[in-house]
Formats: sequence, structure tokens, C-alpha cells
Amino acid sequence: MKYAMLIYSDENKVAQATPEQLKEMHAQYGAFTAEVNEKKLHRGGEPLQPVSNATTVRVRDGKATTTDGPFAETKEQLGGFYLLDCKDLDEAIEYAAKIPGAAWGCVEIRPILVFNY
Amino acid sequence: MELAAHIERVFREESGRIVASLIRFSGSFDLAEEALQDALARAIAAWPISGVPDNPGAWLTAAARRKLIDELRREKTRREKAPEIAYLAEAITQEEEMPDDRLSLIFTCCHPALNQEAQIALTLRTLGGLTTTEIARSFLMPEPAIAQRLVRAKKKIRDARIPYEVPGLDRLPERLEAVRTVIYLIFNEGYSATFGDGLIRGDLCAEAIRLGRVLCELMPGELENSGLLALMLLQDSRRAARTGPKGELITLEHQSRSLWNRDQILEARGLLNGEASGRYGIEARIALAHASAATPADTDWQRIAGLYNELARMIPSPVIELNRAVAIAMADGFETGLALIDALSGLDEYHLYHAARADLLRRLKRDSEAAAAYRRALELVTNPVEREYLAARLNSVEGRMLGQ
Repeated sequence: MKYAMLIYSDENKVAQATPEQLKEMHAQYGAFTAEVNEKKLHRGGEPLQPVSNATTVRVRDGKATTTDGPFAETKEQLGGFYLLDCKDLDEAIEYAAKIPGAAWGCVEIRPILVFNY
Repeated sequence: MELAAHIERVFREESGRIVASLIRFSGSFDLAEEALQDALARAIAAWPISGVPDNPGAWLTAAARRKLIDELRREKTRREKAPEIAYLAEAITQEEEMPDDRLSLIFTCCHPALNQEAQIALTLRTLGGLTTTEIARSFLMPEPAIAQRLVRAKKKIRDARIPYEVPGLDRLPERLEAVRTVIYLIFNEGYSATFGDGLIRGDLCAEAIRLGRVLCELMPGELENSGLLALMLLQDSRRAARTGPKGELITLEHQSRSLWNRDQILEARGLLNGEASGRYGIEARIALAHASAATPADTDWQRIAGLYNELARMIPSPVIELNRAVAIAMADGFETGLALIDALSGLDEYHLYHAARADLLRRLKRDSEAAAAYRRALELVTNPVEREYLAARLNSVEGRMLGQ
């Protein structure tokens, strides 16, 4: 079963990280990605640019309006995600806890919706 | 009428085990529950005529499984599994002993991905066999709210794929702690509310004790499970003694000890032979020390203070420190205990902190200080029975002040 691992953290806090801390975080992400690749759980995932580069689009009465910024101003922002194929929620929790961002902010686990036609 | 009561008892005893095996078989909480309800309806119709079968649990299991297989056959999406189901149907007509899946069920119901209210409702519904109506009544909540809570929890179990299994050793301690917490919360919900609307909620204590027994039976050798069961038995043993004829609170010191349930105390003593050293085990040993005293004066306060010491080392908490201070007051003198209580911080909003202070001040005959502390406790207390008790205490201290 596929789970999206949505990594949230306070961008300001991450921005204040020292170069050493960032280097370490990158190394940790590299190791995590390598692990889920090796275990054949990795189905996708990307880091995201900060919300200062986000654009939000809404269509109302057929008309698109565009606003600068994320859909909601929150203390923690979505900073990236993984898509992992896990046996069950316990395995998903186990891997979510290994994502380096879980130690900075939090990881929301969302099971992927499968339509049964 | 007696038969109906007998059927209900059998059902209570067997439903957890049956539903657990039906969930394993079907992968669905809903189908399992429906099949069990159907089997119960059949039993109610058949047993008055045919008599209660020798093994009513096996009868109910077989009937429920037949119903479940019918249901599964009807489900289009499961059509490809039909041959396998037919094979299983053959197998179960022999009513062989089914493996006990209740342990998997407990861990699924108490999974940390479910919120605690959902864990409690689901545990009572599936393992306890309580109806939604009974659960709603026990928690003084509207039935639709409980029903919705159960629907959401079952949906999450299915859709997020919460596993139906006993967790691996690496997660077991933490997950088992969650299971014990749920059972103890059920007990406390019943115990703290036995004032007032007594009977209905007293059932929750009985159910929590039954679940505690099941946990002990399924995981023999797990000392802390025995500790939990012993603690619940000991607290429950004082049920009849802790309220007076008008529903008023009677504190441990003034309870009629002949009203304590000796069988429960004996059973708890047996359970604590392994000297359980976890949180519940220590609390149970404290309760046992109280239960072992023939009169309040015989209470081994030194031992109780020592056990609170152990507990405070394990769980740093000002409430435990408060209890420890009270035990020391009784063991080493009120002044010593009062000094410890006065040194505590973080409990100013806790009514029992002021009630404990007031009690020691009263015993020290420092009546005006005692009265002030009782008044502060009265400002904070919410439970009406406790309020009445504190008001009566304040009254008697004030009376003494006037008399002098």
C-alpha cells in the first residue's frame, strides 16, 4: 500500500541552520533515500522550494485568480514529500520516523486513495 | 428469563474471541460484527427450543462463520475468492478449536494512530461486546457520537491499513503500555463515577477487570499486566465501602473494612507475588498495603511511603510527590509531611493538594489555616460528592474554632 509522507517544518528555523547542519541534513536525506531505494519501497518524492516561491490558484465562476504565497499561512510548511510502498501503517510509521525532517518538524502520513472501479 | 441472562453471559464471555477470529477471517470489522449479531439472534431463537448447546461458544462461532461466508459470497468483489471460502466453510463445520486472535484485536483497537476516545470505544465494542447504546450510556454521551467515533475508527483501520497483529518486540513495550492505559481509563471512568449514577457505570469497572484478565491470560508472565489487574481488583474491592447511605464520600480511613471484597483482595495478593515493579505494580502494592491493614492504625505507612518513593523515581510527577508526602506524614509525623507538601510547586490549581494540606493542618489543630485550605480546595473541586465532603470538613473545623 502506498503512503505519501508529507514533510512539514518551520522554514525560518531551517533557514537559520548552520552550513554544517545543512550538510548533515543532506547526508541524512541521502542515506534515507538510499535505504528506501534499496528496500524497493521508494515510489517517488521531491523536496520543495520555500513557500515564498509558492503561487496559489483558485477557479471561481470559471475565472482563475492567482495569489502569491501558499494556500494557508501556517507556522510549519510543506517542504517535501516521499511516496513509499509499505506493508501496513506500522511500517509506514517506522519509515516516517526515519525521515530527517521528522526531527525538525513533523511528517504527516497519508495513505494513497485507490479508486475501485 | 434465566435463559436470556445465561445467553447474555455466554455472549459477553465469548464475543471478543469470536469477533477476533471473524475479523482475521474476513479482514473486516463490520462484516465480523454483523455476522456475530446474526449468530446471537439465531441463538436467542434456537436455544429456548433446543436447549443451550454443550459448547455455546463453538456454536456461536460456527453460526457466525456460516453467516460471514454467506456475506462474503454475496460480495461481488470477493467472487474470485469463492473457492477458498467454500473450502474454509468445510473446515469449520468440524468446529475445530480456532486460534485466539484477541491479542491482535486488542493491539489494533489500541493502535496509536487512533485517538484515545476511539481506542476506548472500539475496545469496549469489539473485545467487550458492549453495544453502542451501552457505551454511550456509560460515557454519558449521545449514541450517534459514539456510533460515529466507531465508524471513523473502523474506516481508518481499513483504509490506512492499521495492521491486525501483535507488534514486533521492538514496539511491543510501548504498544502494550497503550493497551494498559486504555483498560485503566475504562476502569477509572467507571470508578470515579460510581458516585451518583452508580450502577450503569460500575459495569465499566467490571468490563475493565474482565479485559485485564484477558490480557493476563493472553500474555502470561508479563508482570505489569498482573499489576494492572491487581490494582483494579483492589480499588474495586472497596466499592461498597466508599460511599455512605446518602451517596456521601467515605474516605479510606473511615470505611467499614468488613465491606471490602475479600475475594478480590486475595486474588490481587496472588497476582502480586511476582513483586511487579512497573507503575501499575507499585500502585497495586500500595493499594494492597492499605487492604492488608485490619484497622487504619495498623496501616504500614513506612512501606507505603517507600513504595511512593519508588513510584516517584519512575514517574516524576508532583501528584505522586503529594501522595508520598501524605504517606510520610502518616509514618513520620504530620509536621514532616506538611513541610514536604509546602515545598511542592505546580499544584496550586489541584483541589486535592489543598485538601491534603487542610487535612494535615486539621490533625495538627491549626484550625484557621486548615479552614483556609479547605476553602481553597472548595473553590477548585468539581465533583459534587467531593465538594460535599470538603464542605462538611470545613464546617467541623469552623465549629471547633467557635467552640474554643
